[in-house]
Amino acid sequence: MRKVAIIGAGCSKFGERNDVTVAELAFEAFKPAVEDAGITPKDIEFVSVGTAGAGAWYEENLPAVIISEYCGLSGAGLIRCEAACASGSAAFASAYWAIASGQVDVAVAIGVEKMRQIDTLTMVEFIGRSGYYLWEFHNFGLTFPGYYAMHATAHMAKYGTTEEDLALVAVKNHKYASMNPIAHLRNRITVEEALSSPVIAWPLKLYDCCPITDGAATVILASEEAVKKFKVEDPVWVIGLGSACGTANLSKRKDFVGLESTVIAAQQAYKMAGITPNMVDVACVHDCFTIAEIMAYEDLGFCKKGEGPKLIREGQTEIGGKIPVNIDGGLKAKGHPIGATGIAMLYELTKQLRGEAVERSRQVPLKNYIALAHNVGGTGHYCYVTILKR
Amino acid sequence: MSLSPTMLPTLKAREVKVAPEIPISKTLPFWEGLKQGKVMATKCKKCGKIYFPPAADCGSCLSSDMDWLELSGEAEIEAFTHIVVRPQTFMNERPYTVAIGRLEEGVRVVAWLTGFRKSEIKVGMKAKLKAFVTPDGNPMYVFTRPD
Repeated sequence: MRKVAIIGAGCSKFGERNDVTVAELAFEAFKPAVEDAGITPKDIEFVSVGTAGAGAWYEENLPAVIISEYCGLSGAGLIRCEAACASGSAAFASAYWAIASGQVDVAVAIGVEKMRQIDTLTMVEFIGRSGYYLWEFHNFGLTFPGYYAMHATAHMAKYGTTEEDLALVAVKNHKYASMNPIAHLRNRITVEEALSSPVIAWPLKLYDCCPITDGAATVILASEEAVKKFKVEDPVWVIGLGSACGTANLSKRKDFVGLESTVIAAQQAYKMAGITPNMVDVACVHDCFTIAEIMAYEDLGFCKKGEGPKLIREGQTEIGGKIPVNIDGGLKAKGHPIGATGIAMLYELTKQLRGEAVERSRQVPLKNYIALAHNVGGTGHYCYVTILKR
Repeated sequence: MSLSPTMLPTLKAREVKVAPEIPISKTLPFWEGLKQGKVMATKCKKCGKIYFPPAADCGSCLSSDMDWLELSGEAEIEAFTHIVVRPQTFMNERPYTVAIGRLEEGVRVVAWLTGFRKSEIKVGMKAKLKAFVTPDGNPMYVFTRPD
């Protein structure tokens, strides 16, 4: 396998984007990524597009080709990847494999989602159907907050996790989103506001849930040869990549206090990178719901199982703590355009590793120059863990 | 042209309505069983693995030689949630509680949990899985109070 680097990254403004089509939105992330890499669209040999809602919540059925045409990429190899909320990471992995295998030298991974073209309750319907339609939605109407709420009640029963612990995750992530101009929700909140917000699926309340967001992100990947050819000054190397899937039926999991797919994907990624969790300087983890971030701390090995609440209570996942997490606002407040999320994490981490966080207040201190992205599709239906090093 | 909620110009896409027919021929004894008050699972004759939801094929040993068995219905609740914000097609339902219960046979089931006050519902509590037919003829199963 060949070494692969991220040589350019771009991200659109996240939020309600009824001003643009899916292709126009993708372009907003594509253009800055190409400029960042110092290449042209003609240099790109393989295109991988992550998006989940094609034909359902936005109108294009085969969006990858619409997007590649709009970005001037016709002629390149093209694939669309769907891995639910990890579609962006699946697209990244496909681009990575295309280069690592020796097939191409330069590839682009574009993640994009348009989720605000339809009304909220129809979106709740579509996403709720994305567990296992026949056995969990058809008769029982499970929603995505509902799926994660069941993990929350199980975690609370086993480890004494409280609703306040969940609220602390939201407070932290809103704080960092308030410092991030491209974030969807930029208001700071208090624990009291989070606890008194309307119940969505108990114990999860409005402020425990990520917003429904439009957005796009892009990274350009290159082989070691291409890094030299384009004289890239600050390549960010992909040193670890793991992926695993869980069951579609939540009822077939071993337990509900963590996600086994995260544990497996993380083990693969750490092994490939040859690092331990305590060497990670900064992480973007999948916090679609506050309980998901707490489970991620544990499943990724940032603390022992059951000690996730302690980590957030002690402020260890803030900048200056043991392991800063979701310093861009996370899915919770930066927003979760599901096909873009995984690549938006890599965009943020690339900027962080290069010491280029747009707002200096969000720049984390770097010791080992190692960052980790954790992107879950569904409730652990899919999981990708990617480790980067400058 | 029309104006979106953000007052930006938009076009309305052509509307399409779909409701796929879901094949149940391979799990028919399950759906028929519900009408008789039974919740059925399958068991692989070759390796003994029990499947709920029922499966016609064994993902463990790849055999398609399966037995049907009726679940006892004795369950322990392992996780639950009270769903307040409901999907579009559940808007006519009152907020409902969904739970995962582990049955004596070792399999788990996702179903609504009914017949309890909210304050009574805890992880670790006992419940009974029961099958019935709804007034509009839909075979269904729920967790409810043990007899």
